[in-house]
Amino acid sequence: MAQRIDVNDMNIYYGDFLAVEGVSMTIDPKSVTAFIGPSGCGKTTFLRTLNRMHEVTPGARVEGSVELEGVDLYGDDIDPVAVRRNIGMVFQRPNPFPTMSIRDNVLAGVKLNNRKMSKPDQDDLVESSLRGANLWNEVKDRLEKPGSGLSGGQQQRLCIARTIAVKPQVVLMDEPCSALDPISTLAIEDLIQELKKDFTIVIVTHNMQQAARVSDRTAFFNIAGTGKPGRLIEMNDTATIFSSPAVKATEDYVSGRFG
Amino acid sequence: MTTTDSPQRPARPGDHAERAPARRRRRGTTERGFNRVFRWIATGAGAFILATLAAVALFLLIRAWPALTASEDELSDAVGRIPEGTSLLEFVGPLIFGTLLAALLALALAMPVAMGIGLFISHYAPPRLAQVLGYLVDLLAAIPSVVYGLWGFLVLAPVLKPFWFWLGENLGWFPLFAGQVSATGKVLATVSVVLAVMILPIITAVSREVFLQTPKLHEEAALALGATRWEVIRVAVLPFGRSGVMSAAMLGLGRALGETMAVLMIISPGFLVYSLEILAAARHNTIAAFIALDFAEASGLGVNALIATGLALFLITMAVNMTARAIVARRKDFSGAN
Ligand SMILES: Nc1ncnc2c1ncn2[C@@H]1O[C@H](COP(=O)(O)OP(=O)(O)OP(=O)(O)O)[C@@H](O)[C@H]1O
Ligand SMILES: [Mg+2]
Repeated sequence: MAQRIDVNDMNIYYGDFLAVEGVSMTIDPKSVTAFIGPSGCGKTTFLRTLNRMHEVTPGARVEGSVELEGVDLYGDDIDPVAVRRNIGMVFQRPNPFPTMSIRDNVLAGVKLNNRKMSKPDQDDLVESSLRGANLWNEVKDRLEKPGSGLSGGQQQRLCIARTIAVKPQVVLMDEPCSALDPISTLAIEDLIQELKKDFTIVIVTHNMQQAARVSDRTAFFNIAGTGKPGRLIEMNDTATIFSSPAVKATEDYVSGRFG
Repeated sequence: MTTTDSPQRPARPGDHAERAPARRRRRGTTERGFNRVFRWIATGAGAFILATLAAVALFLLIRAWPALTASEDELSDAVGRIPEGTSLLEFVGPLIFGTLLAALLALALAMPVAMGIGLFISHYAPPRLAQVLGYLVDLLAAIPSVVYGLWGFLVLAPVLKPFWFWLGENLGWFPLFAGQVSATGKVLATVSVVLAVMILPIITAVSREVFLQTPKLHEEAALALGATRWEVIRVAVLPFGRSGVMSAAMLGLGRALGETMAVLMIISPGFLVYSLEILAAARHNTIAAFIALDFAEASGLGVNALIATGLALFLITMAVNMTARAIVARRKDFSGAN
């Protein structure tokens, strides 16, 4: 249920524009890894290469490799659709399918992957996924109502339920709390701690406290100037990054002196 | 703000009350001025449309009235095509039926093709090809309907004839294909095909636009769950485009209902029969074609009778649009609007 990721020397392009350069890192299974760094340094861009969502953008491409348990996701015989089924993603803005009920939202991914599922199995999955996302008690009486009728925080947890319902190996989250209030944010942070037992989690955040609270390892990205590519500056245990980082820029950033 | 205006002297009661509102009023008046102008324009435009609609309805009703109230004998005297002892309803009914049948068949033929092209342009074709295809489809809309009529009459009818015979022989048990297949091909089925081609551009253009507007957010949500391209369309694009596609269909249906020339030129008209046999000759006519055919020779009560059929067309078109709106509104909660 959780697998390790090895990234080797990734260069990421939008057309001719090199957005991120030379990233290598290892992400351990059943851990939470946080990506931090100033705006525009390529955190989102890099995150999206981990499940091959990057290439959805016209003209976007990559060089290098991302290996999931030793299998290169960018290998010739790998289907990007299969990659995305294994590596789920939660977006910055909650995006439940507006035309679907809460229940159908949770089942959306499963229905794509394996069409035949008995009604009781579906019910079980809906309940366990919503419980897994700490949302069950709030919505159990209105599963047939549209997902877009929930609050922002609830919608985001619905998106998390939808993602974990397909039982991926890895869950990627791009600033999942940036549109949420502090209470909902805490709910999601607690949830991340729970999910870590089963999934490998990567989270992009602008919130230093959040990175410090939820993550085991932290990667700091930076950019030399506009038009220059973003780079991975330093990656280490979260405690180390926040107490005694090896690079001056990291220290400046985490202590709030720039960024 | 107001206190910094007069730092030297203590504020007296009345100061704020007089100054602040005065300033607010000054800014307010210009804003409210624009607001008011805009509101008048908007209200005026809305009222104008309503007034036009009401005027048309009133015109139709007043001019149709003599025919609606005339006796059967008077009617058959005035309109050559109305035989003795036929009421206006018995006469107009089959025309309404023919109009709806032709338009609905055209819609049924055009919808899948138009949505297919729309989806291809919006989600499959490389950008260059998409642009060219878009232009080509728009060009179809620029062809005058007389040309469509000629094409249907001269080219399409002979080409389709063998196919209609094949349908009649092999699927004759199906009510639509029953009966004696016409030897000329100038039948309602051919009319429907021509109408389908005529309404294709508008439906395609609107659905393409609607599909293109699917929020990236929803498409990416589907992709991230491991959806293939077709599944993205099924889960995100089509549900989002539902009401837009419905509007596109209504626009197409409206055009098909009112189309005159193409129908008039192709069909060999039939009167006073309700028939589903779209491959048979002289079984159908449409309201618009009927009016166009007879209007030049009509006089007196005859004109009133024609206008009464026009009134029927007007009512049908309104009903179609209102039904469509009701369908769209029914699932508003689940629409992409919120
Ligand atoms: N679709 C795109 N096309 C072209 N360039 C893009 C695209 N998306 C992002 N970029 C560029 O790639 C670089 C990295 O952007 P990215 O969104 O990954 O940054 P980020 O670290 O996620 O920033 P933020 O913290 O603001 O979300 C930026 O220079 C950005 O302008
Ligand atoms: Mg970002």
